[in-house]
Amino acid sequence: MKKALILSLTILIASSSMTWAQPKILQIDGSTTVGPIGDAFAAEFMKMHPEVAITVKKTGSGDGAAALVDGRCDIAMMSRFMKSEEFKKCVNKPGDTVVFPVAHAIANDGVCVVVHPSNPVAKLTIAQVRDIYTGRITNWNQLGGPNRAIVVISRDTSSGTYETFDGLVMNKEKMAANVEYVNANPQAQARVASTQGAIGYVGLAFLEGVKALTIDGVAPTRQTIAKGTYPISRPLFLFTNGYPKLGSLVHEFCTFYLTERGQEIIEAKGFVPLTVY
Amino acid sequence: MNHPTDISQYRGEKTASVSASAEFNRPLLLTPGEDLRGYLVGHGGRIFLFLMTCISVLSVLLIFIFVIREALPFLREQGLRDSITSRNWYPERAEGAGAEFGMLALFAGSMYVTLASLILSVPIGLSAAVFLSDIAPFWLRQVSKPIIEILAAIPSVAYGFFAILVLAPYMQKYWNFDTGANALNASLILSLMALPTIISVAEDSLSAVGREIREASYGLGATRCETMLKVVMPTAHSGIIAAVILGMMRAIGETMVVWMASGNANQIPTPWWDISQSVRTMTATIAGEMGETSQNSVHWHALFMIGVFLLIFTFGLNMISEYFLARVKKSGGK
Repeated sequence: MKKALILSLTILIASSSMTWAQPKILQIDGSTTVGPIGDAFAAEFMKMHPEVAITVKKTGSGDGAAALVDGRCDIAMMSRFMKSEEFKKCVNKPGDTVVFPVAHAIANDGVCVVVHPSNPVAKLTIAQVRDIYTGRITNWNQLGGPNRAIVVISRDTSSGTYETFDGLVMNKEKMAANVEYVNANPQAQARVASTQGAIGYVGLAFLEGVKALTIDGVAPTRQTIAKGTYPISRPLFLFTNGYPKLGSLVHEFCTFYLTERGQEIIEAKGFVPLTVY
Repeated sequence: MNHPTDISQYRGEKTASVSASAEFNRPLLLTPGEDLRGYLVGHGGRIFLFLMTCISVLSVLLIFIFVIREALPFLREQGLRDSITSRNWYPERAEGAGAEFGMLALFAGSMYVTLASLILSVPIGLSAAVFLSDIAPFWLRQVSKPIIEILAAIPSVAYGFFAILVLAPYMQKYWNFDTGANALNASLILSLMALPTIISVAEDSLSAVGREIREASYGLGATRCETMLKVVMPTAHSGIIAAVILGMMRAIGETMVVWMASGNANQIPTPWWDISQSVRTMTATIAGEMGETSQNSVHWHALFMIGVFLLIFTFGLNMISEYFLARVKKSGGK
C-alpha cells in the first residue's frame, strides 16, 4: 500500500513537471506533395531552435484546408489553391474565430508526362495527351510509335497532382473508363517504368527510370517550370491564418524558402525554387 | 469462517461436522446477510462478464448504425437507382456533367475478383483438405498444418508488394499482357489468402466425419477414391460449404491487395470474360478515396453507401455460413 502511494506520487510529480516544461509546438498539416519539403524544413528548424517541436502530418490538401478552418493546425500545406467552398468556410466562421487564409507560394512543381524508356515517342501536344486520357487514341502507332496498346495511368482523384493535371490538361472532359489509378507518385513511377506501353504523370522529383515527354515543344526542366513556360506546372503553397506576425515562429517557417538553405532543401527534394538563376 | 452448526440443523443439510476429516468446511449456501462479500463477488462477476459481452455486441451494432447513418444523406440526395445501374464513377466533378456516382463497375469488379479467386482456390483447398485428413501420414499432417496457417498470418500488404513488384512485370513479360495490374493478378493473390481458411475449415469437417462411416464404406468394398468422393465428402458437405463461404468473405473484404494489384480502372472488362483487364473493387474505392475527401460532402456519403453495400454482402454471406456451420454442429459433425 505504501509502495503504491509513493509510486503514484512520483508519477504525478513527473507528469506535472513535464507540463511545466512544455515546448512550443507548431502544427503543420496537408498535402502529400508538399510533405517532403515540410518534413525537411521542420527537421532543419528543430536543429536551429531545439526548444521547438514541430509535427508535420501529411493527410492531403483537402484535409490540410479543413484543419486550418478548424484551427487544428498553424500552417496548411497545399499543392493547389484553396477552393471557393474552403475559402467561404474560413471567412464565414462566427466572430472572433474567423480565419483569413493567406497563401505563401514556396516552390514550383511540374507535372511531367512520362513513358517507358524504350518508347520512341518523345514529344506530344496537350491535345494529344488529352486524347490519350479520354480514350480517343488507344494505340501507340497512332502517335508514331510501335504497335502496342496504350496503358493509361493516372493518380487517384483526391490527389493534388491529379487536380493539377485535370485542370490544365483535361479541359473539363472525363477520363476514359479504362484508366488505371495508383495512389502515390512512387507507385505511378514504378508502374510506368515496368510497363512498356504505359503513359502516366508524376512530379518532377520522380523521373528516375522513366522518360519525360516534351509537351507542346517545352521540356520539363527547372527553368521552364519556374518561368511557367512548361504548360503543366503549378506553385506549392503554405496557408496561414492571416499574415504571421513578423519574427514569430510561423513567419520564420513561411519565409524559410527565401533563405539559401531553404532553396537547397527544395532543390534536393526535386522541386523548383521560386528564384531562377 | 466458522460454520454455525445450529443453522444447518434447521436447513437439514448434511454438511460436514466439525470433525478433522472434513477439509471442506465452507457451507454450501448462505444468505446474503451472512456472506455479503461472497454474494457481491458472485453477482458482480456475472455482471462484469455480461458487460464485456455487451461491449462486443454493441460494437458490431454501432458500426452498422454509424455506417448507415453516414450513408443516409447520399440516399436522400442522389437516390438508389442511378447508383446501382450506372457505371460512371466521377465523384469529384463540379462542373460540366456534374458529379456521378455509378457503382455498377465497382460491384462488378468485386464480383470478378472474388469469383475468380474462388475458382482458383476451392479445388486446390479441397484437394489439400482431403489429403490432410485422409491420406497424409500423421507426421506430415502435424508439419503441414502450421505451415498452412502461416499463409494466413502474412500481412496483406506484403502480398500486395509481391503482386505489384514481382507478379505484374512477370505477367507483362511472359504472358504478353498489356498491363500486369489486372483482375487476374488480384485473383491469384486473393486465392492464396483464402486458401488457409478453406483448408482449415474443410479439413476439420472432413476429419469430424468419423471412422464408422469410412469403415462401413470400406466394408462394403468401396475403393479409397470412391469412399472419399461418394461417401465422406457428401457427408461433410455442410462444413465444406461453410469453408468456401468463409474463403469468399476473406476475398471480398480484402482491401490492400486489390488496391495495389488490380489496377483500379473503373470499368467492366470488355469482353466480359477478359480478366486480364484492370478492374476496381468496392474496398479499394473506399480505402483510396476516403483519405482526402472533405468531410460531409456528397462524395463522403457516397463512400459510406459503398460501405453499406459491402456490409450487406458480407453480412449475408456470414449468415449463410452460420446456417451451414450450425447444421454441422447439430448433426454431430456430419
